[in-house]
Amino acid sequence: MSAIVPWESDPIRPAEPRPLRISVDGAPVEGLRGQSIAGVLLARGETAWRTTVAGRRRGVFCGIGVCFECVATVNGESDVRLCLRRVQDGDVVETRDDTAQDDTVEDRS
Amino acid sequence: MRHVLVIGAGPAGLAAALAASDAGASVTLLDAGDGLGGQYWRHLPPQRPSRRESRLHHGWAAFERLQGRIGRADAIEVLTEAQVWAIETADAVTAQVLLGPTDAAGREARALTADAIVLAPGAHDRTLPFPGWHLPGVFSAGAAQALAKGERIAVGRRAVVAGAGPFLLPVAQSLTAAGATVLGVFEAARPRALARGWLPKPWKLLGTAHKGRELAGYLAHHLAHRVPYRPGRAVVEARGDGRVEEVVIARLDADWAPVPGTERTLAADAVCVSHGFTPRLELPIAAGCEIGPDRFVRVDPDQRTSVEGVYAAGEITGIGGVDAALVEGRIAGHRAAGGDRSAMGSAPRRARAAAELTRRIEAAHGIRPGWTSWLRDDTVVCRCEEVPYGRLRAVAAATEQRSLRSVKLTTRAGLGICQARMCGRTVESLIGADPSSGADTSDRRPLAAPVRLGDLAGLPTAPDGA
Ligand SMILES: Cc1cc2nc3c(=O)[nH]c(=O)nc-3n(C[C@H](O)[C@H](O)[C@H](O)COP(=O)(O)OP(=O)(O)OC[C@H]3O[C@@H](n4cnc5c(N)ncnc54)[C@H](O)[C@@H]3O)c2cc1C
Repeated sequence: MSAIVPWESDPIRPAEPRPLRISVDGAPVEGLRGQSIAGVLLARGETAWRTTVAGRRRGVFCGIGVCFECVATVNGESDVRLCLRRVQDGDVVETRDDTAQDDTVEDRS
Repeated sequence: MRHVLVIGAGPAGLAAALAASDAGASVTLLDAGDGLGGQYWRHLPPQRPSRRESRLHHGWAAFERLQGRIGRADAIEVLTEAQVWAIETADAVTAQVLLGPTDAAGREARALTADAIVLAPGAHDRTLPFPGWHLPGVFSAGAAQALAKGERIAVGRRAVVAGAGPFLLPVAQSLTAAGATVLGVFEAARPRALARGWLPKPWKLLGTAHKGRELAGYLAHHLAHRVPYRPGRAVVEARGDGRVEEVVIARLDADWAPVPGTERTLAADAVCVSHGFTPRLELPIAAGCEIGPDRFVRVDPDQRTSVEGVYAAGEITGIGGVDAALVEGRIAGHRAAGGDRSAMGSAPRRARAAAELTRRIEAAHGIRPGWTSWLRDDTVVCRCEEVPYGRLRAVAAATEQRSLRSVKLTTRAGLGICQARMCGRTVESLIGADPSSGADTSDRRPLAAPVRLGDLAGLPTAPDGA
């Protein structure tokens, strides 16, 4: 499980982080100012938030905006790379489920 | 006054901007991210200040000096959150830029022209596919590094670092420093290859002695933290119910084919894998720059590309690490500004030493063909379109196709949202495509970054100031 270094014990001696709140698929989620949205989710131990056509779960893979696996809808705008997008208080994030319906799915294996 | 545009604010771009301004040019330095430093000096944003962030970095003082001097230089304009999505070199050099938060709609569009441009967009990890690499919990090694430095996130509690190259060492260190237990660093190259690449004629590396100290530091750190470094081994499978729960490690032969019977299993919740780096070639290709047979931007000793007024520096010209990026950036910026060659001091000599490091990394850690024998028919190759190896192979065999373009169209491999950035070179090698012509290569893509149709409609047609 992914986790954030607790700021009190981080040897780089950070200032006390300032919290903020966003919503993810309608649920309130706490984050810290200065995190990326992917960082907010990973800090909570969430490593996957998108579902592919074949029903596989995905989250961050490359971490620097080249793989596009971490995309979600942010404030109504689709396909935002969460690893690059700095979180803002009140952001509304909707994750994506592209799972194909059984009767239309082509054989993908 | 000459105006120089520098794209990318990693080590290469920072050094280029400063050198260009020192040589008397006015400079615009652009980066898609919201801070300076690139991948090497990726750091926490100003909203998360800390007193001893230098502990996470090498050469942090050098970065602070560069950043400070750039901030104080009147002739350098810094634009962050500035995504360059196209370059035109027909008349003047023009960069098309979107300014604003990543992937937001309605960002401000600008067309920036300059007398000369320095391209320094860097590289991204290359990860070879293996069974189970699509599971959550598998990351590129660069992702683990970027998240540890830029977010203070450990991607897992029990992590395995694997792949090839000296980069695996700092990744393992960052992971332990973020609280993860690193079960081992599994390097595909065998000890003989490592010795062949790194040991002969060590004096040739003297110009990069600082890198040697950095690598020695990692090894000392890993000894102290009991992180085993195991050459000649690879992660050949990740397993788990919906996420990584265990990984299979196997010994490799000299060609990187797993040796049957040597598999062992480790319980792990994160696997961080990188087999080298792929240069970000979209912008140089769009600018018309010649790409060499090694698939890096071809430059002369002045870092000039084949296109008038276009210079290149850093990882797009070869994977040589931070020292190479810095010295190449200095040369590129200085020459782009019209600076005199005789005023470059020790830079050319240091550039040659850095090039030596590049050659050694490739000799010791370059990808060997045997890796394909750890693939299975159901191993996902193209992550976006979820194309399995078996389908790719069957299509290539049935149609006797070696053309990347037609295999892409038949299988959809490489046609997904990442535009073949992740799997392109892998697909090429699996179907036996020949990318050397430059036409049938996965490096070519129309836009350097996604642009929303609505934003395209509102773009300016004339460059700023025209
Ligand atoms: C994720 C990652 C982490 C790494 N960490 C380390 C490490 O800890 N230690 C180490 O020795 N090496 C590391 N490396 C290797 C690293 O690439 C080099 O050490 C060094 O950073 C290369 O410098 P550069 O200036 O060539 O490119 P980079 O440092 O990659 O800088 C390129 C910059 O260009 C920007 N850019 C790219 N395209 C565009 C565009 N179209 N528009 C606007 N801006 C753009 C990027 O945002 C980036 O900031 C890492 C590589 C990666 C991919």
